[in-house]
Amino acid sequence: MIDVPELALVALVGISGSGKSTFARSHFLPTQVLSSDYFRGLVADDENDQAASAEAFDVLHYVAGKRLAAGRLTVVDATNLQPHARAGLVKVAREHDVLPVAIVLDVPEALAWERTQGRPDRTFGRQVLTRMHRDLRRSLGSLAREGFRKVHVLRGADEIASAEIRYEKLFNDKRELTGPFDIVGDVHGCMSELLVLLGRLGYAVERDDAGRAVNAVHPEGRTAVFVGDLVDRGPDSPGVLRLVMGMVAAGSALCVPGNHEQKLARKLNGRNVQLTHGLPETLSQLEREPEAFVAEAKAFIEGLVSHYVLDGGNLVVAHAGLKEAYQGRASGRVRSFALYGETTGETDEYGLPVRYPWARDYRGSAAVVYGHTPTVSPEWINNTICLDTGCVFGGSLTALRWPSRELVAVPAAREYYAPVRPLSAPERPDEGLDIADVTGRRHIDYTYGRTTVAAENAAAALEVMSRFALDPATLVWLPPTMAPCSTSTIEGYLEHPSSALADLRAAGVDKVVCEEKHMGSRAVVRVSRTGVGDAIWTRTGRPFFGPELDRPLLDRVRAAATPLFAELATDWLLLDTELLPWSAKAGGLIRERYAGVGAAGRHALPAALAVLDQVAARGLDVTALRDRIELRASEIDGYSATYRAYVKPTDGLAGVTLAPFALLAGANTTYGKKDHGWHLAHADRLVAADPELFTPTRRLVVELGDPAAEADATDWWLALTAAGGEGMVVKPYAGLAATDDRGRLVQPGVKCRGREYLRIIYGPEYTRPEQLAGLRKRNLGRKRSLALREHGLGLAALDRLAEGAPLWRVHELVFAILAAESEPVDPRL
Amino acid sequence: MLLTLTTTHAPATDLGYLLVKHPGRVHSFDVPTGTAYVMYPEATDDRCTAALLLDVDPQRLRDQRDPFDLGQYVNDRPYAASSLLAAALAKVFRSALRGASKDRPELAAERIPLEIRVPVLRGTVELATRLFAPLGWEVAAEPIPLEPEIGGDSRYLDLLLTGTVRLADALNHLYVLLPVLDDAKHYWVAPDEIEKLLRSGEGWLAAHPEKVLIARRYLAHKRAFADSALKRLEVDDVVSAEEDQLPVARKAPLAEQRRDAVLAALADVDAARVLDLGCGGGALLTALVKDRRFTEIVGCDVSAKALDVAARRLRLDRLPERQRDRVKLWQSALTYRDDRLRGYDAAVLMEVIEHVDPPRLPALEASVFGHAKPRAVVVTTPNAEYNVHYEGLTGMRHSDHRFEWTRAEFQAWASKTADTYGYRVSFRAVGEEHETTGAPTQLALFEGEA
Repeated sequence: MIDVPELALVALVGISGSGKSTFARSHFLPTQVLSSDYFRGLVADDENDQAASAEAFDVLHYVAGKRLAAGRLTVVDATNLQPHARAGLVKVAREHDVLPVAIVLDVPEALAWERTQGRPDRTFGRQVLTRMHRDLRRSLGSLAREGFRKVHVLRGADEIASAEIRYEKLFNDKRELTGPFDIVGDVHGCMSELLVLLGRLGYAVERDDAGRAVNAVHPEGRTAVFVGDLVDRGPDSPGVLRLVMGMVAAGSALCVPGNHEQKLARKLNGRNVQLTHGLPETLSQLEREPEAFVAEAKAFIEGLVSHYVLDGGNLVVAHAGLKEAYQGRASGRVRSFALYGETTGETDEYGLPVRYPWARDYRGSAAVVYGHTPTVSPEWINNTICLDTGCVFGGSLTALRWPSRELVAVPAAREYYAPVRPLSAPERPDEGLDIADVTGRRHIDYTYGRTTVAAENAAAALEVMSRFALDPATLVWLPPTMAPCSTSTIEGYLEHPSSALADLRAAGVDKVVCEEKHMGSRAVVRVSRTGVGDAIWTRTGRPFFGPELDRPLLDRVRAAATPLFAELATDWLLLDTELLPWSAKAGGLIRERYAGVGAAGRHALPAALAVLDQVAARGLDVTALRDRIELRASEIDGYSATYRAYVKPTDGLAGVTLAPFALLAGANTTYGKKDHGWHLAHADRLVAADPELFTPTRRLVVELGDPAAEADATDWWLALTAAGGEGMVVKPYAGLAATDDRGRLVQPGVKCRGREYLRIIYGPEYTRPEQLAGLRKRNLGRKRSLALREHGLGLAALDRLAEGAPLWRVHELVFAILAAESEPVDPRL
Repeated sequence: MLLTLTTTHAPATDLGYLLVKHPGRVHSFDVPTGTAYVMYPEATDDRCTAALLLDVDPQRLRDQRDPFDLGQYVNDRPYAASSLLAAALAKVFRSALRGASKDRPELAAERIPLEIRVPVLRGTVELATRLFAPLGWEVAAEPIPLEPEIGGDSRYLDLLLTGTVRLADALNHLYVLLPVLDDAKHYWVAPDEIEKLLRSGEGWLAAHPEKVLIARRYLAHKRAFADSALKRLEVDDVVSAEEDQLPVARKAPLAEQRRDAVLAALADVDAARVLDLGCGGGALLTALVKDRRFTEIVGCDVSAKALDVAARRLRLDRLPERQRDRVKLWQSALTYRDDRLRGYDAAVLMEVIEHVDPPRLPALEASVFGHAKPRAVVVTTPNAEYNVHYEGLTGMRHSDHRFEWTRAEFQAWASKTADTYGYRVSFRAVGEEHETTGAPTQLALFEGEA
């Protein structure tokens, strides 16, 4: 029976003809085995070309590295008789913090020679085999010294044939334990606080005859996890050790070592260590304990595993934290990171080492819970949290309940030890974004789907995001684009309510709300009780008018929203609105594009008509041409009337209004599951609170399938658009996160734009029958898929925000929405 | 779109002979962008008017253009005179444009009283006057107003030209100057456009005071084409007053002085491996590449397009391998941390920070000074106090500037940043220093406190 760690680099060692390839084939998957012969063939077209060995091993090491980085067992099928060949493998294993294992196949030289002679591609002489055999003998003794953590030697053909592989888990792999857990920060001998904390957490303490706490058990079977640094500085390190040792032995706790335990064990082993940082206190406390207890404590510390991977891989506990690449791995540097963290090599003004902010760069999916660095209050940074709240320095002892992520803290009775560096200096939570979080071709899994962001779209979005957009910490959502309804076949119409309602019916929706589509500029508004971080932004994340107007606008929104903060129990709200009139933000665009064209047309066409009238007066027949020009003139008038309706005088904020239609999110929550009745009722509250600032959204709720109701909706739309309205948006009444019967998101709404309105989109003359016939061929597929994807990304961003996910996890989704906007889609849709 | 041509040269109906279009009929021609009509709203011996009306088919126009540009569905092309009308004019009045007339050769060679009206044309009264007046036209142009609800004038003119001009010259003036005023071409401008310009401009363009502007705009701002055309017109001076908004005499030397000041600062801190953050099209990179002291030069910009321009400007693909290996161009954004930027001797932010919104500056500081952490950082930015010396300048020096700082503001920012991230900072003036306002550009040199 051969024990092999689940993740290892296995080197087969044996002479030519010893049966390595056969052994590999029978025990491992073909893809797990990297054979030197195969790689020689890859680089030189000849598996036996020894001159290609160096290049072949180069590639083999590279592939092995990729496999190990991905956490895959890798077997190297080569003779591995030379120390330098094995050193290369040990190096690759160490680079990825996995254990190198050697399996030696030791067969008699005669048997190997017999097999070799049977293979036509092997042309070397017996002396080569003899030399190999000599190398093997020499190797046997030195494998362990070279760094192989396990060496299995199989002697003779029979032993090789009957060998079986048994996989063993790494000590740190406790993924099968799902808790629930109570993770306890650095105790440092603060026994009384620990007992209070365990009591608060619901543990019942068991005491021995002498009244000493020797175990604590939770009635619901919860497991305590200690992040290390049980000892030093505090008043009762032996007491803490005794209790934790008892809990670990009884199975009611897990414990990882801290640097203070490590140092204590070294001292107890007679090593020369500096008696600083509270170690003398522990030593003198231990002097009062029986020798057997001290020996037990030493054994306990030496038996601790550097870190644990728990709860299906969702939770990692290590004393000083652990970066993703080291989780579930085993090596000296993994242990060192877990115990001491990463330092930059510099020291601060107090002479303490400057720690590298690994948590800032952390992008792993497992939550990392750790201690080691005293902080005033624990804060989640990129899915990591430090629980050392400096109890021994007079702070508090903190526990994190998992998976509920609830924090429980007990204040220190007093300051037991003066800190070198004042505890009050708070660690700034640094969640700055890394360019690697957003650039390049990226695959994103966003709960509601998966998408790939093309590198060139990311590049375009990067420019917008970094040059024009708001701070990503503020910009937690961007409005998705919206698809129009299916193209109508009703004469004279490109879009019509009958198509819009049919679209939703086809999506399995039975009740919709038709909302007036305001023609203005989309505006996302974030307001809070305190006003800190409030902002209003456009659909591409830009500030709206600039601070001098945005601030007073936000002040007014905040005032109107104040009752909602209390009612919804939130400190802030995110509103989806349309800012009106269109001319307030788009004045330049209206002047240059729309009104300019209108003025040109209204001047040119009458001039042409005047010429034609003169020509006609001379008795020439220009009727057909004149009719065409006259039609054009009426079309340009219709076009001009359309944009003119969206131009209203504004002066600063005077004349500017907001039409809110959805409440997107608040503190720790999203309102995606609220129906639109709820959203509009809250929007109405804002309108009632400040009717001058807010514009109501007219709406009609329609039960689909009821012909009378659907006819009413059509009449409602016709009246709305006849009065100059842009049209309507038809939404599933159930709300933003509405899904179909298979649980997939449906379009959050389809727009149905008015006949006249579309003149400013498709051109003044689009209503001519021949033009409409061409336009009816428009393809909505891309626009719909884009709209749905952006919608899902936005919802997922809000979900992550509500869960308290790290900034980069929210930002990557918001960024992906912006990147999606770079995709080529017909802009008229 | 429309233009009318009137003469009062008796007998006025001879205009029909010159144009080879009978006044008693309505003529129509198929052109690539629609249908062109020639007709006569008046035709008496005293006064005869020919009208050229181009009925543009928007669909035909669209087929030739980018389908993702919304502007192609709603635009002024059916109404405003442009290269479309010029092309139609060339087709319909081909022989008249050449000055040829089978029936009235003497009249074709004669200067006759003409009145030309173009009811809708892009441009300003001032530019129309500059273009047509030197050719002997009396220019009466009226801006066309936008509607009263919006207020103000549109970008269009109603143009009326009056003069005594040979008909062929008049048509050639229109053929060249309509697209010049419109400043857009509906087709791809190929080198043979140079020939067309020179042919139509024969006899008047070389002496025209606006020939540089005419050549540039007619040739769709293709610098090489315009230079070639102007050379053939034997024009040496190719500096146009229109192109550069800032006083020309100051601008070029300041850019050079700034570059030299940055190079001097880099030399002072002994930098060999340098980052040019916000390198744009590579103005500084070219200078860095020429200097052998710089062993590694990294140009970073958030715009991939700017990096392409820089690569072309540096002729990266043609540099010898050893030279090319010194230069890297990376897309990066200064508001994100970028591990690739760590460990350099110096970083240059030349005229960059003023393009960043003030609330985003802390992110830039954190990524440059906190994360990339070069030994030295050189920052240059305009000195707002100096702006009073730019005549006619209102607001800031560039439309994308988010702020321009006084010396005190810049020094306060730089000192705070230096303090936060452990740098020493010193300041230098760049460009001609004025007693009260200081120099046009200010430079801060940050050095790490080792």
